[in-house]
Amino acid sequence: MSQLGPTAAATPLADHELLAALRDTGGPRHERALGELHAMLLRAARFELVRRAAELAHVRGEDRDDLALQAADDAFVAVLAKLAGFRGDSRFSTWAYKFALYEAAVRVRRRAWQHREVVLDPERWLAVRDGAGEPPDRLDRAELLTAVRALIATALTDRQRTVLVALTIQGIPIDVLAERLGSTRGALYKTLHDARRRLRAELAARGHDLDAIAS
Amino acid sequence: MTHDDSHHAIARILGPTGPEATCEECFDRLDAYVDRELLAGDAERAMPELTAHLRGCPACAEDHASLRALVRERSGPVR
Repeated sequence: MSQLGPTAAATPLADHELLAALRDTGGPRHERALGELHAMLLRAARFELVRRAAELAHVRGEDRDDLALQAADDAFVAVLAKLAGFRGDSRFSTWAYKFALYEAAVRVRRRAWQHREVVLDPERWLAVRDGAGEPPDRLDRAELLTAVRALIATALTDRQRTVLVALTIQGIPIDVLAERLGSTRGALYKTLHDARRRLRAELAARGHDLDAIAS
Repeated sequence: MTHDDSHHAIARILGPTGPEATCEECFDRLDAYVDRELLAGDAERAMPELTAHLRGCPACAEDHASLRALVRERSGPVR
Protein backbone atom coordinates (compact mmCIF):
# COMPACT_ATOMS: atom_id res chain seq x y z
CA MET A 1 0.00 0.00 0.00
CA SER A 2 2.92 2.34 0.34
CA GLN A 3 2.68 3.37 -3.31
CA LEU A 4 -0.78 4.80 -2.81
CA GLY A 5 -1.04 8.48 -2.09
CA PRO A 6 -3.58 11.26 -2.32
CA THR A 7 -4.04 13.00 -5.63
CA ALA A 8 -1.42 15.69 -6.02
CA ALA A 9 -2.44 19.10 -4.73
CA ALA A 10 -6.03 18.01 -4.13
CA THR A 11 -7.76 19.26 -1.00
CA PRO A 12 -8.14 16.29 1.33
CA LEU A 13 -11.62 14.85 1.48
CA ALA A 14 -13.65 15.86 4.51
CA ASP A 15 -14.47 13.11 7.01
CA HIS A 16 -17.93 12.36 5.62
CA GLU A 17 -16.68 12.53 2.03
CA LEU A 18 -13.84 10.13 2.78
CA LEU A 19 -16.20 7.66 4.43
CA ALA A 20 -18.68 7.85 1.55
CA ALA A 21 -15.96 7.40 -1.06
CA LEU A 22 -14.50 4.41 0.79
CA ARG A 23 -17.91 2.75 0.95
CA ASP A 24 -18.62 3.45 -2.73
CA THR A 25 -16.21 0.84 -4.03
CA GLY A 26 -17.09 1.45 -7.67
CA GLY A 27 -17.25 5.20 -7.36
CA PRO A 28 -15.01 7.78 -9.05
CA ARG A 29 -13.29 8.84 -5.81
CA HIS A 30 -12.70 5.38 -4.31
CA GLU A 31 -9.05 5.02 -5.33
CA ARG A 32 -8.27 8.50 -4.09
CA ALA A 33 -10.04 7.75 -0.82
CA LEU A 34 -7.95 4.61 -0.34
CA GLY A 35 -4.81 6.66 -0.77
CA GLU A 36 -5.96 9.33 1.64
CA LEU A 37 -6.93 6.72 4.23
CA HIS A 38 -3.54 5.06 4.06
CA ALA A 39 -1.73 8.38 4.30
CA MET A 40 -3.86 9.28 7.32
CA LEU A 41 -3.09 5.99 9.04
CA LEU A 42 0.62 6.34 8.33
CA ARG A 43 0.62 9.80 9.93
CA ALA A 44 -1.07 8.33 12.99
CA ALA A 45 1.42 5.46 13.24
CA ARG A 46 4.35 7.88 12.97
CA PHE A 47 2.73 10.08 15.62
CA GLU A 48 2.67 7.12 18.01
CA LEU A 49 6.29 6.22 17.29
CA VAL A 50 7.37 9.77 18.03
CA ARG A 51 5.40 9.74 21.32
CA ARG A 52 7.14 6.53 22.32
CA ALA A 53 10.59 7.43 21.00
CA ALA A 54 12.27 6.72 24.33
CA GLU A 55 11.24 3.06 24.09
CA LEU A 56 12.77 2.86 20.60
CA ALA A 57 16.08 4.53 21.38
CA HIS A 58 17.93 1.39 20.24
CA VAL A 59 16.00 1.09 16.94
CA ARG A 60 17.50 2.56 13.75
CA GLY A 61 15.61 5.23 11.82
CA GLU A 62 14.80 3.05 8.81
CA ASP A 63 13.52 0.32 11.13
CA ARG A 64 11.24 2.84 12.78
CA ASP A 65 9.92 3.86 9.36
CA ASP A 66 9.31 0.19 8.63
CA LEU A 67 7.45 -0.24 11.92
CA ALA A 68 5.23 2.72 11.07
CA LEU A 69 4.51 1.37 7.59
CA GLN A 70 3.69 -2.11 8.91
CA ALA A 71 1.33 -0.59 11.47
CA ALA A 72 -0.35 1.59 8.83
CA ASP A 73 -0.72 -1.35 6.45
CA ASP A 74 -2.33 -3.58 9.09
CA ALA A 75 -4.56 -0.73 10.25
CA PHE A 76 -5.58 -0.08 6.64
CA VAL A 77 -6.72 -3.69 6.26
CA ALA A 78 -8.55 -3.57 9.60
CA VAL A 79 -10.35 -0.31 8.80
CA LEU A 80 -11.56 -1.57 5.42
CA ALA A 81 -12.66 -4.89 6.94
CA LYS A 82 -14.67 -3.14 9.65
CA LEU A 83 -15.95 -0.23 7.58
CA ALA A 84 -19.50 -1.59 7.37
CA GLY A 85 -19.61 -1.66 11.17
CA PHE A 86 -18.77 2.03 11.62
CA ARG A 87 -21.86 3.43 13.33
CA GLY A 88 -20.96 7.09 13.41
CA ASP A 89 -20.57 7.28 17.20
CA SER A 90 -17.48 9.40 16.57
CA ARG A 91 -15.89 11.27 13.72
CA PHE A 92 -14.66 8.84 11.08
CA SER A 93 -11.09 10.09 11.42
CA THR A 94 -11.10 9.43 15.19
CA TRP A 95 -12.41 5.91 14.56
CA ALA A 96 -9.78 5.20 11.90
CA TYR A 97 -6.89 6.68 13.89
CA LYS A 98 -7.40 4.25 16.76
CA PHE A 99 -6.54 1.29 14.55
CA ALA A 100 -3.20 2.79 13.49
CA LEU A 101 -2.31 3.88 17.02
CA TYR A 102 -3.14 0.43 18.37
CA GLU A 103 -1.06 -1.36 15.73
CA ALA A 104 1.86 1.01 16.29
CA ALA A 105 1.71 0.80 20.09
CA VAL A 106 1.66 -3.00 20.13
CA ARG A 107 4.69 -3.06 17.82
CA VAL A 108 6.58 -0.57 19.97
CA ARG A 109 5.91 -2.49 23.19
CA ARG A 110 6.99 -5.77 21.63
CA ARG A 111 10.05 -4.23 19.95
CA ALA A 112 11.13 -2.56 23.18
CA TRP A 113 11.01 -5.93 24.96
CA GLN A 114 12.33 -7.97 22.02
CA HIS A 115 15.70 -8.69 23.61
CA ARG A 116 14.56 -8.62 27.22
CA GLU A 117 14.00 -11.87 28.97
CA VAL A 118 10.52 -12.13 30.42
CA VAL A 119 10.87 -14.11 33.62
CA LEU A 120 7.45 -14.98 34.92
CA ASP A 121 8.05 -15.01 38.62
CA PRO A 122 4.89 -15.63 40.63
CA GLU A 123 6.99 -15.51 43.79
CA ARG A 124 7.65 -11.85 43.01
CA TRP A 125 4.68 -11.02 45.25
CA LEU A 126 7.25 -11.31 48.01
CA ALA A 127 8.55 -7.95 46.78
CA VAL A 128 5.33 -6.39 48.01
CA ARG A 129 6.52 -5.50 51.45
CA ASP A 130 4.20 -6.29 54.31
CA GLY A 131 2.84 -3.51 56.47
CA ALA A 132 5.36 -3.77 59.29
CA GLY A 133 7.01 -0.43 59.97
CA GLU A 134 4.23 1.80 58.70
CA PRO A 135 3.76 4.85 60.96
CA PRO A 136 1.00 4.58 63.57
CA ASP A 137 -1.37 6.85 61.65
CA ARG A 138 -1.13 4.48 58.70
CA LEU A 139 -2.00 1.28 60.49
CA ASP A 140 -5.03 0.63 58.28
CA ARG A 141 -2.80 0.88 55.23
CA ALA A 142 -0.22 -1.35 56.87
CA GLU A 143 -2.80 -4.01 57.64
CA LEU A 144 -4.16 -3.81 54.11
CA LEU A 145 -0.71 -4.19 52.61
CA THR A 146 -0.03 -7.21 54.77
CA ALA A 147 -3.37 -8.74 53.84
CA VAL A 148 -2.86 -8.15 50.10
CA ARG A 149 0.54 -9.78 50.29
CA ALA A 150 -0.87 -12.84 52.06
CA LEU A 151 -3.87 -13.17 49.75
CA ILE A 152 -1.77 -13.05 46.59
CA ALA A 153 -0.09 -16.17 47.94
CA THR A 154 -3.17 -18.01 49.11
CA ALA A 155 -6.37 -16.82 47.41
CA LEU A 156 -5.48 -16.93 43.72
CA THR A 157 -5.05 -19.72 41.21
CA ASP A 158 -1.53 -20.23 39.85
CA ARG A 159 -2.54 -18.61 36.56
CA GLN A 160 -4.16 -15.62 38.29
CA ARG A 161 -1.09 -15.15 40.50
CA THR A 162 1.30 -15.31 37.54
CA VAL A 163 -0.68 -12.81 35.47
CA LEU A 164 -1.37 -10.41 38.34
CA VAL A 165 2.26 -10.37 39.47
CA ALA A 166 3.60 -10.00 35.92
CA LEU A 167 1.29 -7.11 35.04
CA THR A 168 0.95 -5.16 38.28
CA ILE A 169 4.22 -5.88 40.13
CA GLN A 170 6.81 -6.84 37.51
CA GLY A 171 5.46 -4.21 35.08
CA ILE A 172 5.54 -6.42 31.98
CA PRO A 173 3.39 -4.82 29.24
CA ILE A 174 0.23 -6.82 28.61
CA ASP A 175 0.89 -7.14 24.86
CA VAL A 176 4.35 -8.54 25.55
CA LEU A 177 2.99 -10.99 28.08
CA ALA A 178 0.25 -12.02 25.65
CA GLU A 179 2.81 -12.72 22.95
CA ARG A 180 5.03 -14.77 25.27
CA LEU A 181 2.09 -16.79 26.64
CA GLY A 182 0.36 -17.23 23.27
CA SER A 183 -2.65 -15.34 24.59
CA THR A 184 -4.42 -12.04 23.92
CA ARG A 185 -4.66 -8.72 25.74
CA GLY A 186 -8.35 -9.33 26.38
CA ALA A 187 -7.89 -12.83 27.77
CA LEU A 188 -5.07 -11.76 30.10
CA TYR A 189 -7.00 -8.74 31.32
CA LYS A 190 -9.97 -11.01 32.10
CA THR A 191 -7.65 -13.15 34.23
CA LEU A 192 -6.31 -10.02 35.95
CA HIS A 193 -9.84 -8.73 36.51
CA ASP A 194 -10.91 -12.03 38.08
CA ALA A 195 -7.83 -12.02 40.33
CA ARG A 196 -8.51 -8.45 41.46
CA ARG A 197 -12.15 -9.24 42.14
CA ARG A 198 -11.12 -12.23 44.23
CA LEU A 199 -8.66 -10.16 46.26
CA ARG A 200 -11.21 -7.41 46.82
CA ALA A 201 -13.85 -9.88 47.94
CA GLU A 202 -11.46 -11.55 50.37
CA LEU A 203 -10.32 -8.20 51.74
CA ALA A 204 -13.89 -6.97 52.16
CA ALA A 205 -14.79 -10.20 53.95
CA ARG A 206 -11.97 -9.46 56.39
CA GLY A 207 -13.35 -5.99 57.06
CA HIS A 208 -10.84 -3.89 55.13
CA ASP A 209 -12.01 -0.50 53.87
CA LEU A 210 -11.26 -0.48 50.15
CA ASP A 211 -12.86 2.88 49.38
CA ALA A 212 -9.73 4.70 50.55
CA ILE A 213 -7.73 2.96 47.86
CA ALA A 214 -10.11 4.02 45.11
CA SER A 215 -9.53 7.70 45.90
CA MET B 1 8.43 2.10 50.15
CA THR B 2 6.92 5.52 50.86
CA HIS B 3 3.30 6.13 51.79
CA ASP B 4 2.52 7.16 48.19
CA ASP B 5 4.38 4.13 46.84
CA SER B 6 2.40 1.73 49.00
CA HIS B 7 -0.87 3.45 48.10
CA HIS B 8 -0.11 3.21 44.38
CA ALA B 9 1.12 -0.37 44.68
CA ILE B 10 -2.10 -1.45 46.35
CA ALA B 11 -4.22 0.53 43.87
CA ARG B 12 -2.35 -1.03 40.95
CA ILE B 13 -2.82 -4.53 42.32
CA LEU B 14 -6.49 -4.17 43.26
CA GLY B 15 -7.54 -2.12 40.22
CA PRO B 16 -10.65 0.03 39.87
CA THR B 17 -13.87 -0.47 41.80
CA GLY B 18 -17.24 -0.95 40.18
CA PRO B 19 -18.29 -2.27 36.78
CA GLU B 20 -15.55 -2.20 34.20
CA ALA B 21 -15.48 -2.60 30.41
CA THR B 22 -13.31 -5.30 28.84
CA CYS B 23 -10.33 -4.49 26.62
CA GLU B 24 -12.42 -5.36 23.55
CA GLU B 25 -15.28 -3.09 24.63
CA CYS B 26 -12.76 -0.37 25.37
CA PHE B 27 -11.28 -0.55 21.88
CA ASP B 28 -14.74 -0.62 20.28
CA ARG B 29 -15.83 2.56 22.06
CA LEU B 30 -12.55 4.44 22.50
CA ASP B 31 -13.18 6.74 19.52
CA ALA B 32 -16.59 7.75 20.83
CA TYR B 33 -15.11 8.28 24.30
CA VAL B 34 -12.36 10.57 23.00
CA ASP B 35 -14.71 12.62 20.84
CA ARG B 36 -17.06 13.02 23.80
CA GLU B 37 -14.12 14.11 25.94
CA LEU B 38 -12.97 16.71 23.44
CA LEU B 39 -16.30 17.90 22.05
CA ALA B 40 -18.78 17.53 24.91
CA GLY B 41 -16.59 17.04 27.97
CA ASP B 42 -18.88 14.41 29.47
CA ALA B 43 -17.15 11.14 28.60
CA GLU B 44 -16.44 10.07 32.19
CA ARG B 45 -20.08 10.56 33.19
CA ALA B 46 -21.52 9.10 30.00
CA MET B 47 -19.26 6.02 29.85
CA PRO B 48 -18.26 5.17 33.46
CA GLU B 49 -17.41 1.51 32.73
CA LEU B 50 -14.90 2.58 30.12
CA THR B 51 -13.45 5.18 32.50
CA ALA B 52 -12.97 2.44 35.09
CA HIS B 53 -11.23 0.23 32.57
CA LEU B 54 -8.84 3.01 31.60
CA ARG B 55 -7.88 3.30 35.29
CA GLY B 56 -7.18 -0.43 35.50
CA CYS B 57 -5.53 -1.25 32.18
CA PRO B 58 -2.25 0.59 31.47
CA ALA B 59 -2.12 -0.48 27.81
CA CYS B 60 -5.63 0.76 27.03
CA ALA B 61 -4.87 3.93 29.01
CA GLU B 62 -1.83 4.55 26.79
CA ASP B 63 -3.93 3.96 23.67
CA HIS B 64 -6.47 6.44 25.01
CA ALA B 65 -3.86 9.09 25.75
CA SER B 66 -2.38 8.72 22.26
CA LEU B 67 -5.74 8.94 20.49
CA ARG B 68 -6.76 11.99 22.50
CA ALA B 69 -3.44 13.70 21.77
CA LEU B 70 -3.60 12.92 18.05
CA VAL B 71 -7.21 14.01 17.63
CA ARG B 72 -6.57 17.17 19.60
CA GLU B 73 -3.56 17.96 17.42
CA ARG B 74 -5.12 17.19 14.06
CA SER B 75 -8.84 17.70 14.10
CA GLY B 76 -9.86 21.10 15.33
CA PRO B 77 -13.53 21.77 14.58
CA VAL B 78 -15.67 19.02 13.11
CA ARG B 79 -15.45 19.11 9.33
